[in-house]
Amino acid sequence: MEILVASAIGILTAAGIYLVLRQRTFPVILGISLLSYAVNVFLFASGRLATGMPAILNKYEDVAYTDPLPQALVLTAIVISFGMTAVVVMIALGAFLSSRTDKVDMTEEGDEA
Amino acid sequence: MSHLIVTPVVLPALLAPFIIMALRHHLDLQRIFSIAGTVALVAITLALTVQASDGSVQVYDLGDWPAPFGIVLVLDRLSALMALLTSLLALGVVLYAVGSGWDERGRHFHALLQFQLMGILGAFLTGDAFNLFVFFEVLLIASYGLMIHGGGPKRLRAGVQYVVYNLLGSTLFLFALGTIYAVTGTLNMADIAVRVAELPAEDTALLRVGAVMLLLVFAIKAAVLPLHFWLPASYANAPLPVAALFAIMTKVGAYAILRVYTLAFGPDVSATQGLVGDWLLPAALLTLAVGSIGVLGAREIGRLVAFGSIASVGTLLTSIALFTPEAAAASVYYMIHSTLASAILFLVADLVMERRGGAIIAQRPMPQTGLIASLFFVGAIALAGMPPLSGFVGKLLVMDAARDSDLVWSIWAVILISSLITIVGFARAGSILFWESHDAAHAREAEPEPDEEDEDLPPPVSAPASNLTFVAIFGLIGGLVLLTVFSGPAMNYATATADALFDPTAYIDTVLKRSPQ
Repeated sequence: MEILVASAIGILTAAGIYLVLRQRTFPVILGISLLSYAVNVFLFASGRLATGMPAILNKYEDVAYTDPLPQALVLTAIVISFGMTAVVVMIALGAFLSSRTDKVDMTEEGDEA
Repeated sequence: MSHLIVTPVVLPALLAPFIIMALRHHLDLQRIFSIAGTVALVAITLALTVQASDGSVQVYDLGDWPAPFGIVLVLDRLSALMALLTSLLALGVVLYAVGSGWDERGRHFHALLQFQLMGILGAFLTGDAFNLFVFFEVLLIASYGLMIHGGGPKRLRAGVQYVVYNLLGSTLFLFALGTIYAVTGTLNMADIAVRVAELPAEDTALLRVGAVMLLLVFAIKAAVLPLHFWLPASYANAPLPVAALFAIMTKVGAYAILRVYTLAFGPDVSATQGLVGDWLLPAALLTLAVGSIGVLGAREIGRLVAFGSIASVGTLLTSIALFTPEAAAASVYYMIHSTLASAILFLVADLVMERRGGAIIAQRPMPQTGLIASLFFVGAIALAGMPPLSGFVGKLLVMDAARDSDLVWSIWAVILISSLITIVGFARAGSILFWESHDAAHAREAEPEPDEEDEDLPPPVSAPASNLTFVAIFGLIGGLVLLTVFSGPAMNYATATADALFDPTAYIDTVLKRSPQ
């Protein structure tokens, strides 16, 4: 399972970075989303991987449990990245509609190039 | 447990939704509430600074959960000072924005400003690494709105760049926090410090990775050299009063470096020893050099000031990167100075830009040239670090603190030469803007291609801006003068702050509620 999770994070990150470097707003936003998926899985794994274990302590018997804190962190991170993605989509749309170009770079001249 | 510590976060957090929901269509009331809220913040943070000035560390348990489990706010000398600086700067910016009419050019200026203050003050006060991330996001998302305030194609495109860069930074922040949590099992900064010190030496590889990733994140915020590319375009294209408020945002990065790398990954921790300072110092020197060269090369007044503030961040981080108590004291002093000085110059730049556009070219004289030229002169002296203002004292302290470093000659050389370049750059810009304009031979009409952005702006409201703008600028200059006159007491405070930073046992014991051994 470790190898599966690790390679999933790796592939998501690599694809995200590749897309961010495309320098057009649509791929860049997709890339940022992929990166945020990667980081969510990564945060989740930072509490060690465990299957089928409850995230709460049991006060009656001594059973294994999984770390609940990363789950709370992931929840926060998901909410924040969702809001941020909405903001960046709106700003990018505004920039595209007002300047008719979706390039992220700002060169002094040759915007149409 | 005093509840005063949490009020700097709660007050703007309540005020901003109130402004959006109840005062949406009443600009006058928005202005009154926003100014009143900021004045109240100044009073609260002043009271907090007085409380913290005796060296006590106060902890506020949010939700009354004890420290390693719940989130805590921590008040010590450094966080109190930074909070006070933030609210003073915000007061200046809000007065300027009201006086110049900037807050009329788009919607929700005051609400966004209050949210931004909430994020900045929270970032300074929190004692939890993940909570630091959350407050970073709060201040960033408000800054996205402020950055594109007023609109215009160029500003929106600069906004996209700024948002994308910062989203990448946030992702890296989360990776760093995940790594640190995986190693230490905690996110409370004081608890991290305890765990890191206990960690066996052979288990520290992952921790070092986390520490360096965290440094990269803070370096993005502080605009250290290889990661500074977002700053000039963002600040120059943002509304300049907003850029003046952003002067504190680079300091949030500097503050975080100073806090985390003295507390959790301090110079005594064997796992990360020499990891941070050795990399940060050359990067900071390069930042200083590039910033001052940028000042010399800028063709637009917004970029001129943006590069000036990059140079001042370079000086600041040079001092922080030495990681000695003397240097940290110097950096605390210089941090106050450079925040105020950059903000003053951004506001003066806005006065110029409103009257004649941003390009540094000779044109017909603008209204109130004499007054604005003198203000520009004062701001440039302050930012370049010339006597008699506090920039000179600050740079002197930084250079004095570098005396024991191995790199002392290169540090001195870079600081002195870049100061000279900065002075030349500001003198060039100032003489073109204010003197050549009077010279009939140079006077030409405005270039046929004025900034596309200017066309979209409504014509300046009530042409020679109201006196409130000058009140704001003179108030901030007054702050600099006070900092110069009372540099003795200020330096005592800074020294005490730095000593506490490098002996964090009191901080850790108070946060974790351990009885002092």
